[in-house]
Amino acid sequence: MSVATLLEGKRICVCCGSGGVGKTTTSAAIALGMAAQGAKVAVVTIDPARRLANALGLEELENEPRLVAPERLRAGGLEVRGELWAMMLDPKRTFDELIERLAPDRRSAEEIFANRVYRELSTAVAGSQEFTAVSKLYELDNEYDFDLLVLDTPPSRNALDFLDAPGRLTSFLEGRMLKAFVRPTGLGMKILGRGSGALAAGLQRVTGVDLLADLSTFFRLLGGMTEDFRFRAGEVEKMLTARTTAFLLVTSAQGEPIDEAIWFRRTLLETGLPFAGAIVNRVHHDLAANATGPPSFGRGEVIAALEEGVGAVLAERIADNFHDYHVLARRDERNIARLTAGSEGRPLMLVPHFDDDVHDVEGLLRVHRYLFASDAERDRMIAEVVA
Amino acid sequence: MSGLLDKRLIFVTGKGGVGKSTVATALGLLGARSGLRTIVVELAAQNRIRGALAGAVAETFVEEELAPGLFTISIDPEHAMDEYLRVKVGQLGHMLGSSKLFQAFAMATPGMRELLTVGKVWELAQLQRRTRGAAPYDLVVVDAPASGHGLGILRTPRTFAEIARVGPIAHQGEAIATTIADPTFTAVVAVARPEEMAVTETLLLRDALVGDGMALHDVIVNAVYPSRFDADEVAQLRQAVEEAASPLARAAIRAALSEGDRATNQRRQLARLSDGLGERLVELPFVFADHLGQAELEPLADALGAGLATRNGRPRRRRAPAACAAEELT
Repeated sequence: MSVATLLEGKRICVCCGSGGVGKTTTSAAIALGMAAQGAKVAVVTIDPARRLANALGLEELENEPRLVAPERLRAGGLEVRGELWAMMLDPKRTFDELIERLAPDRRSAEEIFANRVYRELSTAVAGSQEFTAVSKLYELDNEYDFDLLVLDTPPSRNALDFLDAPGRLTSFLEGRMLKAFVRPTGLGMKILGRGSGALAAGLQRVTGVDLLADLSTFFRLLGGMTEDFRFRAGEVEKMLTARTTAFLLVTSAQGEPIDEAIWFRRTLLETGLPFAGAIVNRVHHDLAANATGPPSFGRGEVIAALEEGVGAVLAERIADNFHDYHVLARRDERNIARLTAGSEGRPLMLVPHFDDDVHDVEGLLRVHRYLFASDAERDRMIAEVVA
Repeated sequence: MSGLLDKRLIFVTGKGGVGKSTVATALGLLGARSGLRTIVVELAAQNRIRGALAGAVAETFVEEELAPGLFTISIDPEHAMDEYLRVKVGQLGHMLGSSKLFQAFAMATPGMRELLTVGKVWELAQLQRRTRGAAPYDLVVVDAPASGHGLGILRTPRTFAEIARVGPIAHQGEAIATTIADPTFTAVVAVARPEEMAVTETLLLRDALVGDGMALHDVIVNAVYPSRFDADEVAQLRQAVEEAASPLARAAIRAALSEGDRATNQRRQLARLSDGLGERLVELPFVFADHLGQAELEPLADALGAGLATRNGRPRRRRAPAACAAEELT
């Protein structure tokens, strides 16, 4: 199946997977391909090395979508009938914007911005990127007229961070215990009982007075926005579980990324998020399968086939290389079979391991050709590689 | 004198998917072989190291000996907090630790998970262990998160120290930050692959560390292809692929050409990285194997040891990258 077919009628495509599997590249290639087909697409990335910006010929991406010049893509050989927009998520700015939107008044917003815990730590936290990413996605979905949004998720080791992000903050802010804490003299403390006095003293002893005061202010200010956060988290959840959203797993064919992809898929299915399919990057295809039928050949057999053409010495090295390559091909085959086993009929798209890295428009277009090919076309392209 | 294994604490970071855990484990093996009581620390309950070396995956938030002199632990913030409170605040700490309110408060505090995690790392690296009955380690190797979050973890203690100003957290944050910033005690190692993006990210990581008053002690380039075919041979192969006598011969030659291209691209990226850093790199060979177990990790540890030894034979740069670049040229 082609990515174009897979994303038909979709408004949001979330690319997820473990670090270093080519998520950013894949997201960009998907956005590019959908724009080429006539859609107005925005790709949202979290990209510390500015790879996407460079690949798309933008000096710097901003926290708002920017149009990628069609000439740039045309130069790479792709006519874009729609529009391709790109943005790089700035977690701090997005968080600030969110506070500005949700704060009851200007003064409360200023108070939060001045709070040292918020200022220094709010974006240092694991999960804050995930939180701001979904928040931004929600805004783009509501306030712009894109046909499709493609989200490149943060390189999280724990994929759940991303799915949990909107809920985690609200569930904490909603907690009765927190309310008690931010009003230490209020009714809450009385309900908590006699232990609470010692608790407050203990907190102070562990954290120090200044930090406690800053934290208390931080929680009080954010606590005032609980309703809005909760509303937003609910809306984000609706958006992510909608039929018009597709979660695409991106992985390489190595063992660990495949393990994580399988685990992630199970999590998606269990939490009711729309898992649409998987893209496996950097696949070592079996070069001998078409040549000799079943993929098994001996070193001697390969050397014998080569000796006459290149001489014995070089033939041996070629045979060793061929053997090493096929260790990886067999590994990839087994790992892909594991991934296929539980895919519940959702498509699996394979992109081969190219001879050079994908880091520019030409590279993106190469990935794009595989993703947007029909099954028959893709088989043909792979056959060309291996034959 | 400034060899990597002379440090007590090593943070291993780098771009996602480059093999940080592999390198951290190989460093651990190397440390243990040199007779150092070594612990390899995983963050956020991954258990990859134990999986590779002991063939089993289970949650272990306690120090566990995998082989003589080689230990591992997986650090979990909640667990670290319980321990910290018990040891530091005694009876009161016990009460706080069992308080749901306090748990919720601490875990929701921005940066607290990171502080607790790095705090436990720091504790492992102390000669006087806080953990009752625990023996000190000579070497603590941390399999840290990818560059961005990895840097966050290194910065958190300083940030807390500055915000809290006074009190136990300020004190603790300051102690940890000082340890991390001490180049005789702590080293940060970047793992890279000889690929465009990983090289770029490594150079950015170096800049960010320098901005924070730290430096990259070593850059270890993982998964370097062997250079099997020289330029003349590649030319010969290009010719030969056209005349290949059988499909098998053609497939084998194409694989060789493909390998030749990859190796060439890798060499280019290696040069870019070493120019950018102004230093020689430590290279680890690509492992053509199904997965990395002990049989594969031991030779990687050999290669790592050899690479680090070669690096140490050279004068090291400290805080003058420009001068060092000049030195490279002469």
